[in-house]
Amino acid sequence: MSTDSTGPTGSPGSTPAASTPGRSTPGSGNGAELIRFDKVTKRFGSNTVLDDLDFTVAPGKHVTLIGPSGSGKTTILRLLMTLVKPDEGTIRVDGEYLTHEEKGGRLVPAGEKHTREIRKKIGMVFQQFNLFPNMKVLQNITEAPVHVLGLGRDEAEERARELVELVGLTECLDRYPTQLSGGQQQRVAIARALAMRPQVLLLDEVTSALDPELVAGVLDLLRDIAHTTDITMLCVTHEMGFARDISDDVLMFDAGRVIESGPPEKIFSEPENERTREFLSAVL
Amino acid sequence: MTAELWEAIFKGIWITVQLTVYSAALGAVVAFAVGTARTSRHWILRFLSGFYVAVFRGTSALVFMFWLFFVVPLAFGWQFVPMWAATLALGLTYGAYGAEIVRGGIAAVAPAQREAGIALSFTPWQRMRRIILPQAVPEMLPPFNNLLIELLKGTALVSLLGIPDISFEAQLARLATGQSTTIYLAILGMYFVLAFLLTRVMRLLERRAKAGIGQAPPKSGGILGKLRIEETERSTKAGLAGGAQ
Repeated sequence: MSTDSTGPTGSPGSTPAASTPGRSTPGSGNGAELIRFDKVTKRFGSNTVLDDLDFTVAPGKHVTLIGPSGSGKTTILRLLMTLVKPDEGTIRVDGEYLTHEEKGGRLVPAGEKHTREIRKKIGMVFQQFNLFPNMKVLQNITEAPVHVLGLGRDEAEERARELVELVGLTECLDRYPTQLSGGQQQRVAIARALAMRPQVLLLDEVTSALDPELVAGVLDLLRDIAHTTDITMLCVTHEMGFARDISDDVLMFDAGRVIESGPPEKIFSEPENERTREFLSAVL
Repeated sequence: MTAELWEAIFKGIWITVQLTVYSAALGAVVAFAVGTARTSRHWILRFLSGFYVAVFRGTSALVFMFWLFFVVPLAFGWQFVPMWAATLALGLTYGAYGAEIVRGGIAAVAPAQREAGIALSFTPWQRMRRIILPQAVPEMLPPFNNLLIELLKGTALVSLLGIPDISFEAQLARLATGQSTTIYLAILGMYFVLAFLLTRVMRLLERRAKAGIGQAPPKSGGILGKLRIEETERSTKAGLAGGAQ
């Protein structure tokens, strides 16, 4: 596959956040790429959702995936979160294979434990929030740090309180998710993901399920996080204004391939590909 | 009817209650073990648990009880205490039915909850224990209540092993006095009262379980009470959506 981007120019001295295949050196762990897809193909039945996809994301970059629905954007996030497995190709996170293990010089499908270790570097915020209804807000946030990372309860709660303050929900710590509005639930979900201190945050259409008047608050929070932390972000969104604000790079998807990529100024102002132009004129 | 006969029947109630409690305890353990195994990612666990359910649901608790009581001694030269044979037969059989309730309850939890658990790197067992089961259990309680009442009435089978439960004592009293109507009416009432008490306990558990997942339990029974609850829920939601919070 090929894209016609030469990578972003925004941040001097850094590696391209999303580079064309062949640019990055083979081998892993060079520190310049946090996420690397190599020839990844994903099919659902006879429908090829991702077609021989290559792309990389450098640490600290904010990359937005745009494109018509069904173009495979969300599948990329779900592959990274190992909610689905690739049919072909490999994915590496921070230099390590996500769904494969090297055994005797050969790549074999990884066991649950290996995948789980790599996965700890990744956090995800879902479209439908997916908070645990059986836990109050505080416990939603502390449960994984305590039981997955092995943090002491006091430490986890302190972390949770800081995050809840960040997302502006201090007064809601003692409520159940069903007692919160959609916007509040999504803020808790963001805090819950951040409590694991992931290197990468995946945002899957996080405002699509919200009432219109609640969208801005959540986007402002994410802008704030994007601008004040060095967390790597991979977003699927239909909010083009938001994409323009936070992205170092925008990847335009169509039919399972990246058809155009580049810094947001370029993609949104002077897209080169005909499909990109069509898509943007439809959504902007 | 003499006082002694009535006393024997009341002692039978105690036996019936004991049998119900023991079998239910065993059945619950079996139901959760087998029911969660049926959702395992290991095919061998799924196969074995499926096989268990097929066998115990497909055969008769009574015949199994006879096997334990009459055939096991022939094969092993060793005899079960009747209460234990009965508890084992009832617990294993009703556990198979319970396993299907557990499996259904687990399947009814939104798949997105499992995904959220994966995204936070919980192990499969942690996902089951901390996320899936706490949400599934409140949904399981009403069908468990049904099964428990079935089990209570199923304990009458043990009278055929000569265990002096309500049914057994009633049978004796009927043979002694011939007052079938009085006696059977009385034990009908006894089973009903026991079932009613069980239902009350289960309702209490259900309410507490629902409160534990943030669902407001109805305070009082009756349609009017329910309408009131729904109304306050609606207005709370409207308030939240309106950004009042």
